[in-house]
Amino acid sequence: MGSLRLLMRLVAASLSGQARYPASALMLTTGQFLGTGIEVIAVWALFHRFGEVQGWQLGEVALFYGLVNCMFAVADALGRGFDTLGTEFLRTGAFDRLLLRPRPVALQLMGHDFRISRAGRLLQGALVLVFATVQANIAWTPAAIGIALFALAGGAALFLGILVLQGTLSFWTVESLEIANVLTYGGVQAAQYPLALYAQWFRRVLTFIVPLACVAYYPALAILGKPDPLGAPAWMGLVSPLAGFVFLAAAFGVWRFGLRHYASTGS
Amino acid sequence: MLQYRTAALAGFGTQCWWGGIKVMVLAAFYGGASMAGTPMSLTQAITYSWLSQGLLVLVPWLGDPEVAQAVRTGAVAYDRLRPVDAYALWFARSAGWIAARVLPRVALMAAFAAVALPLVGLGDWAWKPPASFAAAIAFLASSVLALLLSTSMVMLLNIAATAALNERGINALAGPVVIVFSGNLLPLMLLPNAWQTALLLQPFAGVVDIPARIYFGLMSGWQAMAGLGLQSFWIVVLVVFGRMAMQRTMRRLEVQGG
Repeated sequence: MGSLRLLMRLVAASLSGQARYPASALMLTTGQFLGTGIEVIAVWALFHRFGEVQGWQLGEVALFYGLVNCMFAVADALGRGFDTLGTEFLRTGAFDRLLLRPRPVALQLMGHDFRISRAGRLLQGALVLVFATVQANIAWTPAAIGIALFALAGGAALFLGILVLQGTLSFWTVESLEIANVLTYGGVQAAQYPLALYAQWFRRVLTFIVPLACVAYYPALAILGKPDPLGAPAWMGLVSPLAGFVFLAAAFGVWRFGLRHYASTGS
Repeated sequence: MLQYRTAALAGFGTQCWWGGIKVMVLAAFYGGASMAGTPMSLTQAITYSWLSQGLLVLVPWLGDPEVAQAVRTGAVAYDRLRPVDAYALWFARSAGWIAARVLPRVALMAAFAAVALPLVGLGDWAWKPPASFAAAIAFLASSVLALLLSTSMVMLLNIAATAALNERGINALAGPVVIVFSGNLLPLMLLPNAWQTALLLQPFAGVVDIPARIYFGLMSGWQAMAGLGLQSFWIVVLVVFGRMAMQRTMRRLEVQGG
C-alpha cells in the first residue's frame, strides 16, 4: 500500500471514529469556530476605532488573517498526533508498537488523530477570505489563485513542521510543552497582521527563523498587488512559500535525529 | 505549582509572547491615527495588556478539572456525604485553585514587564505603576472581588459540567464569550463607543476590566466605589443562582460507578 493511500485510510478511520459521537464533534467544531473567531472581533474593533493602521485597510489585513487561519487549520488537523505524542504514546509505552510496524512513524502519527473540529477554524478562515475579497476588491485571477494555493500549501507545511518539532521535543521532555504554542497559536496571531507593523528584530525572526512572513506576508502582497513598504521585490511572494517546505524538511531531519535517540520508558 | 515548574515557566513564556504581539499591534494602531477620541492613552493600553496577561488565569473559561473528574469517576458521591455545604466546599476549592495559579503568574509578569523591559531599554513598552496610592489600594480590593467573581463563574461551569457529565463542550463554548467580555482580548474601552454602557454593566467586566480601570484612575472616588459595588452585586447574584442550580443538579445526579 502506498504511503498516501495508507494516510488516507488512517484519516478516514479517525474521522469515522469521531463521527460516532456527532453531538460532541459538532460542539467541538462550533467551539473551534467561535474560539478562533474572537480574534476577528479584536481586529475589527481596532479598525473601527482607528480607521487604518499605517496605511493598511481592514480588507487587506483580513486577507492575511484568512490565509493564516486556513493554513493552520489544515496543518493542525494533520499534525495533532505529534501533539499527543508525549502524553498518549511515550508515557504509556504505546509508541513502541508504532515502531514495530513497517511503516513510517510520522505517517502513522499524522493519521492517528485527524480532527474534524479543525473544520471550524477552516470555515472561519474561509469566511474571512470572502470578506477580504469584497472589502479590498481582490481580483482572483488564475495567477492570484495560484499564488494563494501555493502559499496555503507552504503555510500548511510550515505549521506542520512546527508540530513535528513539538513532537520531537517530547522525546526528551515526555511532556507535551505549552511553549510550542508560542510558535503554533502565537505564530497564527503574529502572522495575521502585516509584518511591516512589527519591530525590526521581530520581522527578522518571522522571516529567517520561523518563516511565517514567507508563507503569508509576501504572497498576500503579491495577491493585493501592493508594493512592500519595507522594499522587498515584487517576485518575493512567488517563491517565498518554498521556505515552508524547507522548514518542514528540516523539522523532519530533527525528528529523525530524535527518533534515533529515543529510548523506551519500558512501561 | 512548583511541582510543575517547567510547565508553569512554559506557560509564562507563552503569555509574554502573546503580550508582546498585542503591544506591538496596539503601538502600530496608535502610531498613525489621530488620537482625538481615544478613551485611553497608548501607555495605558500597553499596561492594560500586561495586566490582563498576568491576570489571565483569573478569566473563568474552564471549570475546575478536579470537579469534572470527580463527577466522571463518581467521587462526587463523597462530596455529597460530607457534613458541609457542598457549594461552599467547591467554592473554596475553586477559589484556591485559581488563586494559586494567578499569584505566581502576576508576580512573574510584573518582573518581566515592569522590571526587565525597562532594563533592556524597552521602557516605552513597560508595565507602568498605578495612577496613585489610593488607586493601588482600590485596585487590590477590586482584585480580591475579581477573584470571588471569577470563582462564582467557575462554579457555574462546574455545575454545568456536573449536569452534562462532560466538561469539554461547555469549556469550549464558554471560552470565547468570557475572553471578549472580560476585556482580556482588548480593553473594553477600545470597543465601539455605542456599546460602552452595556459592556461595563455585564458581569464579565468585573473580572479584568473594572480592576484595570481602577488601576489607571479612570474610575476614582465614587466611580471606583460604584465599580466595586457592581462587582459585589454580580458576585451575590451569581452565587445565589449557582446555589439554586447546584441544588437542582445534585438532586437529579446519578452517580457513576463505585
